[in-house]
Amino acid sequence: MDLVTPNIGLVFWTTLCFAVLLWLLGKFAWKPILAAINEREKSIESALSMAEAAKEEMARLTNENEELLKQARIERDNILREAKKVKDQIISEAKEAANTEGARMIEQARLEINNQKALAIADVKNQVATLSIEIAEKILRKQFEDQRKQDQLVADLLKEVKLK
Amino acid sequence: MINGSILNLKLFRLSLICAFFLIAGALPKSAFSQESTSEKKEKKFDPKDVILEHIGDSHSWPVLGKTTLPLPVILYTDKGLEVFSSAHIKEEEVNGEPTGKIYQGTHYAYTAEKDKIKVVDSNGHIDEAATKKVWDFSITRNVMSMFMAIAILLLVFLSISSSYKKREGKAPKGLQSFLEPLIVFVRDDIAIPNMGIKYARFMPLLLTVFFFILINNLLGMIPFFPGGYNLTGNIAVTAVLSVIILFVVNLNGNKHYWKHIFVPNPWWLFPIMIPVEIVSIFSKPIALMIRLFANITAGHIVILSLISLIFIFKTLLVSPVSVGFVVFMDCIELLVAFLQAYIFTLLSSLFIGMAIEEHH
Repeated sequence: MDLVTPNIGLVFWTTLCFAVLLWLLGKFAWKPILAAINEREKSIESALSMAEAAKEEMARLTNENEELLKQARIERDNILREAKKVKDQIISEAKEAANTEGARMIEQARLEINNQKALAIADVKNQVATLSIEIAEKILRKQFEDQRKQDQLVADLLKEVKLK
Repeated sequence: MINGSILNLKLFRLSLICAFFLIAGALPKSAFSQESTSEKKEKKFDPKDVILEHIGDSHSWPVLGKTTLPLPVILYTDKGLEVFSSAHIKEEEVNGEPTGKIYQGTHYAYTAEKDKIKVVDSNGHIDEAATKKVWDFSITRNVMSMFMAIAILLLVFLSISSSYKKREGKAPKGLQSFLEPLIVFVRDDIAIPNMGIKYARFMPLLLTVFFFILINNLLGMIPFFPGGYNLTGNIAVTAVLSVIILFVVNLNGNKHYWKHIFVPNPWWLFPIMIPVEIVSIFSKPIALMIRLFANITAGHIVILSLISLIFIFKTLLVSPVSVGFVVFMDCIELLVAFLQAYIFTLLSSLFIGMAIEEHH
């Protein structure tokens, strides 16, 4: 059959043409085209992955910020609580100190009062003694104005001494 | 406003086509009948001749009507090379039979018989014994059209290659964006799934095969000059492509591939399996060759047969039916043009992939 008998001329030209076409396209078309497509795909892929990384970084930063904020809040609360505690403590301490101071001062005042009372009593005693003595002196002086009475007394006294 | 005018234009065209067929059908007796009756006397219309003339190869390229483009005839004879124009041996109708003119070359006298170059002896008779010694390397219609296809391929791909260089890293544009999906398709859907990571080495071959078959399938569908040929439906062309695949597969076959052929698993299968495997080496490319050849040729035959109906019935009334079917067939052929390029490339890459596959 004519239709299925390969013609030698056409076989020759096809081989030649195809070889030349393969070489030319391979060298000047497919190599640069495939390289360019690969290059572009790589760059798109890297851009996408970079975007993804940036998104992740963003999320991480946001998280971090939130964490920081939370921590700051906790810190603030802690500080406030502590401050309140310190305030309360100071107040109670001050109260206590005031109480003890007051008690001490009352005690001291009492002591002072007692001292003063004792002193005053001693003074009164002295005064009384002095007055007594003065009175006694005056009485004695009045009694011993006459000599004979004095002698009488001496003699009495001496008598007492001899008895002893 | 614009939409309306386009719609009108479409309607206008449609009605023009209908009108053409109606007028042509209504006037069968005036212009056309005379011609057909005179043709009838000369020769009965034989669709087989027309179809085979188109399917086969020729030493001239029909341009329009009876005008043909003469092509160079290159003959390698036992006495030396002969180069002359096919216009010298043009076949013309003499008494209803096509008869080739006789050309006196340097070594022999030649003529053409049914588009085959024949050597003529001194008496003017065809010398078959001498013809067998002459090798025909002529630039035939198919060769010429292949040159054209290759020129188009080179023009297109070298230009988009340069636009890849110019627009490095940017999105494709124009022709580049039209062809890039095809290139990426060949890579991602044909080469990589079948050949794995070693695909890169075979990409130039697969892309060249794919686009070579595709452009020739598409150019073959153009019904007039400079299309109207049947290159990918020619057994010589598909044979060359298949032989290239045969060589690529077997030259790249690794030891697993050859082991699979010559050392079948149970030893007692040796006498059966080795011949079967050896046959399979050749049957795969032969299947490629036949598939492409048969598909494209069959498509051309169906379309030409449908067109021939008009001439067989000798009436234009049948033409709407013919044209309708031909348009339908053209759509299928357009699909087949892509499909066959795809299948040829796919199976080639499958065979190469089987030969280079690493077994673990």
